[in-house]
Amino acid sequence: MKKLSARRRHPLAAVVVLLLALAATGGLYAAFAPAGTAKADETAQSLAIEEGKKLYSVGCASCHGTGGQGTSDGPSLVGVGSAAVDFQVGTGRMPAQQPGAQVPKKKTIYSQAEIDQLAAYVASLGAGPITPTESQYSPDGADIAKGGELFRTNCAQCHNFTGEGGALTYGKYAPNLEGVSPKHLYEAMQTGPQNMPSFPDTTMPEKEKKDIIAYVQAVNGEKADSPGGLSLGGLGPVSEGLFAWVFGLGALIAVAVWVAAHTAKAKKS
Amino acid sequence: MSTVTDTKKAPAGERVADWADGRLGIYTLAKANMRKIFPDHWSFMLGEICLYSFLIIILTGVYLTMFFHPSMNEVEYVGPYVPLQGQLMSEAFNSTMHISFEVRGGLLIRQIHHWAALIFLAGMFVHMMRVFFTGAFRKPREINWLFGFLLFFLGMFTGFTGYSLPDDLLSGTGVRFMQGAILSVPVIGTYLSMFLFGGEFPGGDFVARFYSAHVLLLPGIMLGLVVAHLILVFFHKHTQFEGPGRTNKNVVGMPLLPVYMAKAGGFFFLVFGVIAVIAAIASINPIWALGPYRPDQVSTGAQPDWYMGFAEGLIRVMPGWEINLWGHTLVLGVMIPLAIFPAVLAAIAVYPFIESWITGDKREHHIAQRPRNAPTRTGFGVAWITAYMIMLIGGGNDLWATHFHLSLNSITWFVRIFFFVGPVIAFIVTKRICLGLQRRDKDKVLHGRESGIIKRLPHGEFVEIHEPLSQGELHRLTAHEQYDAAALPPAVDENGVERKIGRMEKLRVKLNKGYYGGDSQIAKPTVEEYKEIQSGHGHH
Amino acid sequence: MSSQEIPEENLPAGQDTAHGAVKVADDPFADPGLPPHKPRIQDIDERAARRSERAVAFMFTLSMLATIGFIASYVIFPVDKIVYIWPFGRVSALNFALGWTLGLALFFIGAGAVHWARTLMSDVEIADERHPIAADPETKAKVMSDFAAGAAESGMGRRKLIRNTMFGALSLVPLSGIVLLRDMGPLPEKKLRTTMWAKGLQLINMNTHEPLRPEDVAVGSLTFAMPEGLSEHDHDFQVEIAKAALMIVRIQPEDIKDKRELEWSHEGIVAFSKICTHVGCPISLYEQQTHHVLCPCHQSTFDLSDGARVIFGPAGHALPQLRIGVNDKGFLEALGDFDEPVGPSFWERG
Repeated sequence: MKKLSARRRHPLAAVVVLLLALAATGGLYAAFAPAGTAKADETAQSLAIEEGKKLYSVGCASCHGTGGQGTSDGPSLVGVGSAAVDFQVGTGRMPAQQPGAQVPKKKTIYSQAEIDQLAAYVASLGAGPITPTESQYSPDGADIAKGGELFRTNCAQCHNFTGEGGALTYGKYAPNLEGVSPKHLYEAMQTGPQNMPSFPDTTMPEKEKKDIIAYVQAVNGEKADSPGGLSLGGLGPVSEGLFAWVFGLGALIAVAVWVAAHTAKAKKS
Repeated sequence: MSTVTDTKKAPAGERVADWADGRLGIYTLAKANMRKIFPDHWSFMLGEICLYSFLIIILTGVYLTMFFHPSMNEVEYVGPYVPLQGQLMSEAFNSTMHISFEVRGGLLIRQIHHWAALIFLAGMFVHMMRVFFTGAFRKPREINWLFGFLLFFLGMFTGFTGYSLPDDLLSGTGVRFMQGAILSVPVIGTYLSMFLFGGEFPGGDFVARFYSAHVLLLPGIMLGLVVAHLILVFFHKHTQFEGPGRTNKNVVGMPLLPVYMAKAGGFFFLVFGVIAVIAAIASINPIWALGPYRPDQVSTGAQPDWYMGFAEGLIRVMPGWEINLWGHTLVLGVMIPLAIFPAVLAAIAVYPFIESWITGDKREHHIAQRPRNAPTRTGFGVAWITAYMIMLIGGGNDLWATHFHLSLNSITWFVRIFFFVGPVIAFIVTKRICLGLQRRDKDKVLHGRESGIIKRLPHGEFVEIHEPLSQGELHRLTAHEQYDAAALPPAVDENGVERKIGRMEKLRVKLNKGYYGGDSQIAKPTVEEYKEIQSGHGHH
Repeated sequence: MSSQEIPEENLPAGQDTAHGAVKVADDPFADPGLPPHKPRIQDIDERAARRSERAVAFMFTLSMLATIGFIASYVIFPVDKIVYIWPFGRVSALNFALGWTLGLALFFIGAGAVHWARTLMSDVEIADERHPIAADPETKAKVMSDFAAGAAESGMGRRKLIRNTMFGALSLVPLSGIVLLRDMGPLPEKKLRTTMWAKGLQLINMNTHEPLRPEDVAVGSLTFAMPEGLSEHDHDFQVEIAKAALMIVRIQPEDIKDKRELEWSHEGIVAFSKICTHVGCPISLYEQQTHHVLCPCHQSTFDLSDGARVIFGPAGHALPQLRIGVNDKGFLEALGDFDEPVGPSFWERG
């Protein structure tokens, strides 16, 4: 990871926001970013940054400023890292369509290659959490039960027991986790998009993130087992109560109407 | 002896019956009840839904007790459900996991038990509203109304204690709420909490204590009330709607043997069958997805079962008032909702006594009224339901927010305001609708039914033909009784002495005017009006 | 209340028209009596009746088959078999099969019985007379005199000493039962005022079970901690964590509005009780941009950048803050217990 990070170019201005990224690298420098001097030594990388910059000035600069310094319409991107870009653009949240309590997930408009270029450019503005590799987020072999416990401690309060999502204040919400890829789950925990707090490796190591991803994949969504039948959205007693009233009592009243109705009389011939 | 030879000739069934009669007097009982008449109406079967779901709950509950361990000892889960393996949990949770994943059919019985509980309470709610809106709580049935109300009330707590038994993260959060609410009780709150939980929350006792309340204490009382409720239904005989041949002095319908034996008996199986199918297709309280209770963990969407949703709404929308005086804390933010909850329920429970005081009517009533013919009562009922439903919305405000893309805070404010405004609007609107329906009935009686056939008169005018109603229909629409509004007697009696009228009596007359004054009912058509219209220029 | 003297004229007249009153020519609204019974097709056509009979028998037969299906399912399907069934999802095959077969077996018994009652049993409506519930005056007089005789014979009224001591004994005896409840639990004493936190206890990360360093806690992150020395395997873990659970966030020191909060923090790292002051839910829906924390149970909202004061919802006071510092090994530690009780308010809280 450090190696990867070193390949990024660092601007001199990176200050406290970098703390996020460096916490992720787990070093003693967590609180403050070391003034990086390493230059990108791969032409491919600088090419990506160049391409990313072009994409950036077309699609992002109007809100985040021409150099990613941020404007009144969008926060500074200095030090948010490639992981944040990969998450925000990869889930379609960015570019945002309209102001609101929260920027929702939408259809992605960039290809993964373009996203990588954008990410490379933004990462070049200041060190931050780096897009994870598959070995980091792949839930293979992770401890699902441990993930469940971690999920209930760290995540369920906003995202519900099985990641169905939930309400926050003033129109904000924690989204449903159904269909979110392991990579994006990982990046969300790592970077803390929008109002979600981050869970950096210093307090929630990579292995625990994997456990959580494995748990979400096991219990959330259509592919999850629901031995009892319809999961009714996994929302608990409210949807159960609604079902009991509409289908339970509804069916029983329909039956009662049949039981109590008068039998058809023979027609007078 | 001759009797010996007699019994030898009698068939076996009769001999058994004779044996029982000599000891229990069953023939006398059967004489009065075997051909008991029950009127047919679907809404009269709502109570049966409750009765049968209660029986289903008892049957399935007994089965569950064979596997459930009401203990809070911590164990490590080693069962087949992978996402919990190795987790620490109470034995209560562990045994519920065992029932759900290892006992064949255990999951089905658990789900039947829980679905039946939700339907039981929903059924009681609807049944209670049927009785309310048809005035079937009037003399002589006020006590039975109270029995029914108590069943609803106890049902909520039996449900709550049962819901808490698996000691899962959701129900544990509910118990935590209850403990917090108990703590808010002035002076004795902390003592009550310590005694109920055997020390500090959560302690190691509450599952066992809730268990004995859930399987013995509360259902025992409820069973007694159910039996008393049924005895009174038999004793009073069922109410019926007005109609030709149906009066306050009779009950028209089918006999218990054989028709109602088959219909009511069959209905038990129908209810059980429907609930079993629901338990086959829809999951309820999947505790494996919720995880074991830990007081430092929580999930969003933490709600109680629907029947506690009303209380949940009250507690959610209440502003956080707290008074600190002389070293003591008065937790109004919790206490006030805690007091409103029983008060709103009590309002509906005591209503029969208030109405009978207002009308001053001490006669027996066996006719189920049509809601439109009692507009003020119907208005009150709908207002009450409105308040209840608004609080149910409040109890699920977070899910409303996420599913309708609204702000949680706006919904809370909406509920805060409409808990007061909504019932008033509902009352006025309902009363207007009832009066409109009364007018339509009157119109139907006087002018006949609109046939939908348009006739062109020779001079070109189009008229719709109105068909006169049959006498049975005319009777049905005019048989309801209407009270005249009460009036205070003259201030001075015939001897010139000033009359003393109590304040309560003045209030009663005022309320009575509100109920039965000119604005609150449409005078039903008189025979004279009818004859005048029928004989002359009536048709058009 | 004022029941006895309701003027008769306020009550509607004529509710007591006798059953089956004959049509009065003068009164078009008069009760025509029960309409004549009309036969059903089964009453007049034996073939239709046979059809009904077969239908009922068919339903009872289906019920039998369903019960056999139930037993077969019980034997055939392993308890852990999961199958995908549209639209129900990946469900337990056993639960699905048992529920349907049991449901149908029961339903068809009911449906058969009801169909039988509706089509083949007599549907002639019968009127049963009602009788007043209240006893007639003679019965009442007899009861009153019996009661008076019984009461007099008991001597209750005359022998006041017996009566009074009996009432005394009866009202005292339940006290034994109440006294017995004393050992249901301990007295509250100061239990709710203190938690396990004490000076020098390190903050243990609930995820890793390792002590936390200040540099581990990034701005915008959320971490939960418990006191050093507590283990999930402890007998009293649940009771202790119910009070000691801690929520740790880091806010830029210049964003902290409350002076005491800043003082009690370590370089912007603040530790608040995770237990809501409303009714005790673990509150932790932290919005890192607004610094609001929301309770999922009743939506109390606290502002962590302003002393965790309540900004919305039913909670009555701010979340208690734990004063923290760093020990000489560089780990975060508590500088004492909370200075106020955590969790829901109570009478003695003050």
